[in-house]
Amino acid sequence: MSDPMRIRATEKDGIVDVKILMKHDMESGQRKDASGKLIPAWFINMLNVKAQGKDVFNAEFGPGVSKDPFLNFKYKGSKGDKLVVNWIDTKGDKRTDEATVS
Amino acid sequence: MVMNEQRRALLKYSAVFGLMSSAGLISTAQAEEWNKAAFEGKSLDEVFKALGASSPDKSSTVVLNAPDIAENGAVVPVSITSSLKADQIAILVEKNPAVLAAQFFIPNGTEAFVTTRIKMGQSSNVYALVKTDGKWVMAVKEIKVTLGGCGG
Repeated sequence: MSDPMRIRATEKDGIVDVKILMKHDMESGQRKDASGKLIPAWFINMLNVKAQGKDVFNAEFGPGVSKDPFLNFKYKGSKGDKLVVNWIDTKGDKRTDEATVS
Repeated sequence: MVMNEQRRALLKYSAVFGLMSSAGLISTAQAEEWNKAAFEGKSLDEVFKALGASSPDKSSTVVLNAPDIAENGAVVPVSITSSLKADQIAILVEKNPAVLAAQFFIPNGTEAFVTTRIKMGQSSNVYALVKTDGKWVMAVKEIKVTLGGCGG
């Protein structure tokens, strides 16, 4: 099981500012280990964010997204909205975390 | 006999599918396939084609905020905003082994704004593409990298 995401969501004037920090190595497939062998690519490739059960953001990542991916986006919403963030990586590992808009 | 086999095949298929959706493997969003062709594109043109953007025009409606010089190519903060209503946003790094870094789908009610962090193997032009009303427009910025992020 992977480490939890850190999600911060705050509302101001009807706009919710969402910041998400995922924990993932995001191996690009370009790096070599100590013995010179290529480390195979392994990265989060899809992310979905729902607020009150409705899609507010979808992302597709390639290997060019930094280790421990960070996202910031804004949607029209309110305090108390329940956010559900889902990601899945290229090995099929996945993670779901929730947060409430403050 | 034939009917029976078909029926059995169909039952098997729907059983597998039902299982996948109940296990949460398929959500509405994730039923959309990861755009493999676009992420495997090795050149700007290949990625433009895979995204359905033949030759996007530069537009001042797209703003790409990023440092002029990135000291660490492994973590380059990139922010894209548009004054237009965006449906889709994409970040391309011309000289990366995989040109497309990320793309975002923006539903109604979500702003045309995203910030993330990308890797850059070397100094390169970075393209911010925004799709609005079925048409892609873009902003370009050169980012100089003093320490690469893709090597070992």
